[in-house]
Parts: sequence; structure tokens; C-alpha cells
Amino acid sequence: MAEGIVTTHEHAAHHAALQHHFENMEQQREAGTLGMWVFLVTEIMFFGGMFLAYTLYRFQYPVAFATASNHLDIKLGAINTGVLIVSSFTMAMAVYTTQVGKRRASIWCLILRMILGAAFLGIKAVEYYEKYRDHLIPGHLIPGNPFNPDIHALHLPVGVRLGNVELFYWIYFAMTGMHALHMIIGLGIMTWLTINAWRGKYSPEYFAPVEVSGLYWHFVDIIWIFLFPLLYLLGRHLEGHIG
Amino acid sequence: MEEFVIPKPPRTNYLNAEYGLKSWLLTKDHKRIGLLYLGAVSFYFFIGSLYAMMIRLELLTPQGDLMQSSTYNKTFTQHGIVMVFFFLIPAIPATLGNFLIPMMIGAKDLAFPRINLLSWYIYMIGGVITIYALLAGGVDTGWTFYVPYSTTFSNSYVIATGVGIFINGFSSILTGLNFIVTVHTMRAPGMTWYRLPLFVWSHYATSLIMILGTPVVAITILLVALERLAHIGIFDPAAGGDPVLFQHLFWFYSHPAVYIMVLPAMGVVSELIANFSRKNIFGYKFVAYSSLAIAVLGFLVWGHHLFVASQSVYAGMIFSFLSFAVAIPSAIKTFNWTATLYKGSISYDTPMLYALGFIGLFTIGGMTGLFLASLGTDIHVSDTYFIVAHFHYIMVGGTLLAYLGGLHYWWPKISGRMYPEGWARFSALVVFVGFNLTFAPQFLLGYMGMPRRYHTYPVELPSWQVLHVLSTAGASILGFGLMIPLIYLAWSLRYGRIAAANPWNLPGLEWQTASPPPTENFLTTPIVTHEAYEFAPPEHKEVVGKFEKQAPAET
Amino acid sequence: MSAHIVQPRTYIVIFLALMVGTALTVMAAFYDFPGPLNVVVALTIACIKATLVVLYFMHVRYSGRLVWLVIVAALLWLAILFAITFSDYWTRHWLAPLGI
Repeated sequence: MAEGIVTTHEHAAHHAALQHHFENMEQQREAGTLGMWVFLVTEIMFFGGMFLAYTLYRFQYPVAFATASNHLDIKLGAINTGVLIVSSFTMAMAVYTTQVGKRRASIWCLILRMILGAAFLGIKAVEYYEKYRDHLIPGHLIPGNPFNPDIHALHLPVGVRLGNVELFYWIYFAMTGMHALHMIIGLGIMTWLTINAWRGKYSPEYFAPVEVSGLYWHFVDIIWIFLFPLLYLLGRHLEGHIG
Repeated sequence: MEEFVIPKPPRTNYLNAEYGLKSWLLTKDHKRIGLLYLGAVSFYFFIGSLYAMMIRLELLTPQGDLMQSSTYNKTFTQHGIVMVFFFLIPAIPATLGNFLIPMMIGAKDLAFPRINLLSWYIYMIGGVITIYALLAGGVDTGWTFYVPYSTTFSNSYVIATGVGIFINGFSSILTGLNFIVTVHTMRAPGMTWYRLPLFVWSHYATSLIMILGTPVVAITILLVALERLAHIGIFDPAAGGDPVLFQHLFWFYSHPAVYIMVLPAMGVVSELIANFSRKNIFGYKFVAYSSLAIAVLGFLVWGHHLFVASQSVYAGMIFSFLSFAVAIPSAIKTFNWTATLYKGSISYDTPMLYALGFIGLFTIGGMTGLFLASLGTDIHVSDTYFIVAHFHYIMVGGTLLAYLGGLHYWWPKISGRMYPEGWARFSALVVFVGFNLTFAPQFLLGYMGMPRRYHTYPVELPSWQVLHVLSTAGASILGFGLMIPLIYLAWSLRYGRIAAANPWNLPGLEWQTASPPPTENFLTTPIVTHEAYEFAPPEHKEVVGKFEKQAPAET
Repeated sequence: MSAHIVQPRTYIVIFLALMVGTALTVMAAFYDFPGPLNVVVALTIACIKATLVVLYFMHVRYSGRLVWLVIVAALLWLAILFAITFSDYWTRHWLAPLGI
């Protein structure tokens, strides 16, 4: 990688998108890509703290966590996983079509990606509503609707504390909520990207913003790839014979 | 020694290239952004000092006569929050780092100038929110926000302060991100990694810490705020949560954070020692790698803040061993600085005075850290004034002194003016005396058992009051000493002697352009062909065995 | 441009692999493996899926050493956070019989 070694040259005609503190488009693209990767490192550590809390408490309260997890809607969770994977695919295709100059196709890929992202959030909203309806939102986060689930509907085994179930739901909302927030931000970025693509700003010479935004989106997908089994699937093999 | 002629300073430099408020508030120039930060951090330092003054005034007498304990709790909390998050962490990186790193590597700007400006705005927004929280009623949890007090029992503005700090954390992250990408991708031709000034190495290491650590405290503060809102959470024992988990997550960042505060200072000191001895730094690679080692090892020791917090003793032993280990790279730097001074051509200008002060005071602060790394002694002095003295020796005696030294050293580059040397040396001396008088007694107080965060102490122990009075007297002297540079630096902007491009006559890349520099830093992209701190021309170097010996350069 | 252009065929293959992986992990979740293996199976599948996304969708397979280094550093730091925190939680009870 031509790391930082650039040649000086006369102020020749340059790409319209070249920022003046860079020597050439290659340096600009490398800097942008590295910058996004460094930012993703911060995101890994950010979510890492919550994964740590999840891991610790899951080891401490395995039955409570399994019980609570089994009450999540596995169908919606699985559909959402599929939706995100398809959206990652369309994002990768958006980068490809931009790299080969197929502007129309790239715009369709980006739009499709946004629709899928919105679908994910819609399904998530349905899930959250179900939790709200079942009084599973922890503590008094929603004033007037404290944590007060039907113990029989939960299939809560004897001896398992409801407080530990509430702990699971705290982690569930914190992690999926933070993930959803990142998706909303991603949608915002994609809107901006789509508008720019429609205006013809991107080309085989200048596709870095598409690629860099793609990195962010794939990362959000990866977080969900881990969230889905850890939150939704952890107790399924015990369903029916706990409690 | 130089391959190209230093161009005459153009009349247009980064200060007068554009006028008007908008040209400053919407600037993309890293130098102007550095100055925006300079103003902001100075303001926060002033606020933090006001709180410090109140603390010292209260402790003059054994009784709690100046303020109630609840007010005192808010005072020391806010002193800590403002000083740590809004002064110590951004001070050197965001002012001097922003200003100098592109120049030191021969670039026109940082990799992401707009993100640089954004990080300043984020810093200001976080600061305004925090100031609002302080004015609205304050926060009394200690800057460490321990649960369950902060989540459940405190009646103060925890969430607002938390939000302010959370937002401010992004400023830190973006600055670190910018530095890392810049150093990797924007070095001038010939500027290899081993030719980088040590200032750049230490800021690179600092940026690694910012990137890897800050997000963890961000999520921790967020979880605390949410717990306060929901009245239950993952740190709540009622739900089966563990308050000590908060401490693990908090200190995972906050211990490396102290290295965010000290590594840039060490970078400044490396520059000052080498340049004011007119001698290449002894063991350049050792100093460079020790910056990285501090960054890495600094992440492995956070449990030493939990020795008395019911952490497992076995984990405590691991952390204790690693805490001893992290002292080693710092010691390597100290030895190398001292070896650099040996047979150097030392000039006792103000920046050098601050650097020498740093070496002495940082050594004391660091060595007292070893008492704290040792499990047995830590239990005795934990939560006493010994700890307070330890970290103030490093943060004030270390970071603040290095910051002042760097500010004076690069003042001609920043402003085009020289500061008055006589007044500067005088105030350096006053600061040094005042600082030691403030904090040395606190080691004794802590050892004798005076707890930290207490606004009263027993009347029956007159020796304690003597020590407290000395400490307060020292604080007054320190405060006086710190106000003098404020005055003469401002004065110098208008009336100071106009500086040449390279007033100290030094080989660093930042000195090979005008003072103040043009907006694009260099009129032509420099091509670097010599090592950092090369004072003697290559023909003066003799190779003795494996080591190069430089003959002392002519001044 | 030195950027490597990944062909759509590669993306399609990876996409299918990810969907298969998702189906597998759901099916495996209902099967009662002995001991703690359920978690191991789930995490293994998740790690493989994540690796595919990183290598191909995020182009790391075609990127320079620096990007690899950045990813390794992030994972290493996560490991540090987990491992040393666990060193506390897993050893807290070792002295319990002594009443400490």
C-alpha cells in the first residue's frame, strides 16, 4: 500500500472531489477507508461493553435468561436477520455498480437497501410494541407501564427470580435499541448517499463515499449477526423442559 | 544542513488570511482549530481552578465552616469533571497536537479537516451541557460516578452531566481518529516512521487509547443515565446486577485516560529536552516504542482502582503485577531524557525549565504510583490524600507543566511573537514552588489517614491543619503563578518582539516555515532527508561500535 | 485505481452462505447439544458469518496489512476487556471457603 509516500506535482487538473489537503484521489480514498475502519473500532468497543454485561449475567443467571429469551419472537428475529443480510448484499452490489459505472443500477441498489433497512426497523417496532403490551419493558422506563409480566405466560420456573428476567430485558432493550439507533443513522447516511448518486456525483474514479458507507452498514449487520443468536436463540433447546 | 532556502515570511499567514467571526467558526485550518481549542480549554481550566480554590479554602480549618458537606461533594466532583474531561484530556492533543502534527509531518492539514472542526463543536456542546448541569444545581457523585449512588440515591444532575461528558467523548474519539489516519497516510516524502518527531509518536499512541477506550466509558455513562431513568438496571443488585461491573467498565477507560493525559505531555517533554540540549534524543526508538508500550500496558491495569472494591484477590494480584510493569516504559523515557541532557548544550529558557520540572515531578508522582500498585500499601492509603497527591503530581506537575512548556516553546510559531523571557522564567519558578507547596503536604496527610473527599478533619490533630494551611498557601501561590502567563502571553500578541521563522534555530520541520505559518503550512511540500533532532551535520557523526556519537553542534 | 473490484458472483455466493448459516443457526438452536455446546455452535456459526461479511462484503480480503492490523487490534482489545474482567468474576469465590 502506498502508505503516505506521495509525489509532488504541479497543480494539474484534478478530480472535482479531490480535497486540497490531499495530493491525489488515491491518498484521499485510503485516508477515508482507514478513517472508517478506525471509527468501526470504536463501535466494536462501544458494543463490547454491553456484550460483556450480557456474558457475565448470562453465566450467573442461565435459567432466567433462557426463560426470558424464549419469550422473544424468534420468527420476527429470524426474518430481521435475513432482511439485514439481503440489505448487506444490496450494499455490496451498490459499491460494485458504482465501481463499474452503472449509475442507474447503483441507485436502485441503494434504494433497495434503504427499504430493507426501514423494513428491519418496522419489524423491530412491532416487536417492541409486543413487549410494551406484555409489560416487559424494564423498570419504569415507560412511565405508567412498569415491568409487570404475566408469570404464567413467561413459563417462569419455580425459584427463578423475576428480577433476573427483568435484567435480561434490560440488556435486550439496551443492545437492540442501540443497534436500532445505529440503523437509523445508517438510513440517514444512505439517504444522503442516494441523493448524491442520483445527482451523478459517484463514478469509477470516485466511489469512496459509497464504499466507506458500506463498511458502516456491514458492521451494523455484523452486530446483529451476533445479537440474534445471543438474545433470541440461547434457550430454545431448553424450551419445554425448564420449569 | 537545510536543502532549501527558507522563504521570506509571506505577509499572509494563517492568522490574517481571512478575517471575521465566520472565518474562525467555520474554519477548516487545523491551526485555527487548535486556537479555538486553546481558548476553550483555558476557559474550562479557569472554571476548574475556581472549584479548586473553594476546596482549598474549606480545608483551611478543621470544621466544615465554609460550606455544607453536600455542597463540598458537588465542589470536588465538579472540579474533577471539569479538569479531567474538559481540560486535561483535550489540552495538549487538541491545542498543540492539532496545531503541530500536520506541520511536523510535512502535510497541509489533518486528514479530515471538517471532522476536526466538528470535534471542536462537539466539545463545546458537551461543555455547555455540562456547564448547564453545574449551574442548575451541580452533581455530587464524585467524577467517578460510582453506582448505586449515581443511579439510585443521588439527587443531583447526574443525567445532564453524563450527557455532557458522553457528547464530549466523541470529540476525543474524532481527534484520535484524525491523528491516526493523518500519521498513516499524509507524511511528506522521506518522512519515515523513524524520522517522526517523538511528539508525533506520543500523540499517535495517545490516539490509540482514545479510540480503544473512550467508547467503553461512553456506553457505561449511557447505561448509568438509563438506569437513573428506568429505576432499574444492570448495575442494580435488586435485579441481580453488580455495582462492581460499573467500576470495571468505568476504569477500563479511565485508567488509560490518565495516559491520554500524560503521553502528549511526554511528547512535549521529549521535544523540549532534545531541542534545548541541542542534542539528539538518547535512544529514540526506545522512547518511541515506550509510548506504544504505555498505551498497550495502560489498558491492562485498571483493576488497581478496585483493590478495595471487593474485586477478587487473584485478579488483584494480576493487576498489581501489571501495574508495576506499566511503570517501566515511563522509567525508560525518564532515563533517556536524562541521558539526553548529559553533555548537551543546555539553555535554560522557559520551556526547558518546565521540562526539567516535569521530569522531577513526574518521577515523584510515578514512584508514588508504585506504592499504590502494591496491594498492601494501597489498602492503607486508598481513598486518602496520598492518592490525591499522587495524581496531582502527575497531572499538574506533569501534564500542566508540559503544556505550559510547550505553549511557550511554540508560542513564536503560533503567534509570530516572542513572550517576555524574564517574566516567563519568574512565573515558571512561582508555579514550581507553589505546586510543590500545595501537594507535597498532601502525601503526608494521606499517609497519616486524612481521607479524600472529606471537608472536615479532626480538630485534635493540629499537624493536619498545619499541612492543610501549607497546602492552601501553596495553591494560592500556584494560582498567582498561573495568572502571570495569561497576562504576558496576551500582552505579547500585541507588544511582543516579532519572532523570526526559526527563533530557537532548530532542525524540526515545523521550524522550516514562517512564523506564523501560511494556511497551507509549507509553500512547497517538503522532502525530508534527515533524522529527527539532527543537530550535527552527518559528517560530524562518528560511529562508535553500534552507536552513533554526535559531536556537540556549534550553537 | 488500485482498488480491487469484487465480482457480483462472489457476492452472491457469500450472500447464499450467510442465509444458509442463518437457517443452520436457527435449526441448531432447537437441538439440545450436550453440555455448553449450544452456545459454542451458535457462536461459531455467528463468527463464520461475520468473517464472511468482513472478508468479502467489506473487502478486507483484498485490503492491505494496515486494515488487518486495525481489525486484529479491535478484537484483541475486546478480548482484553472480557478476559481480565472475567479474571475477577471467576475467581471471586475461590476464597469463599475461608470466609473472605
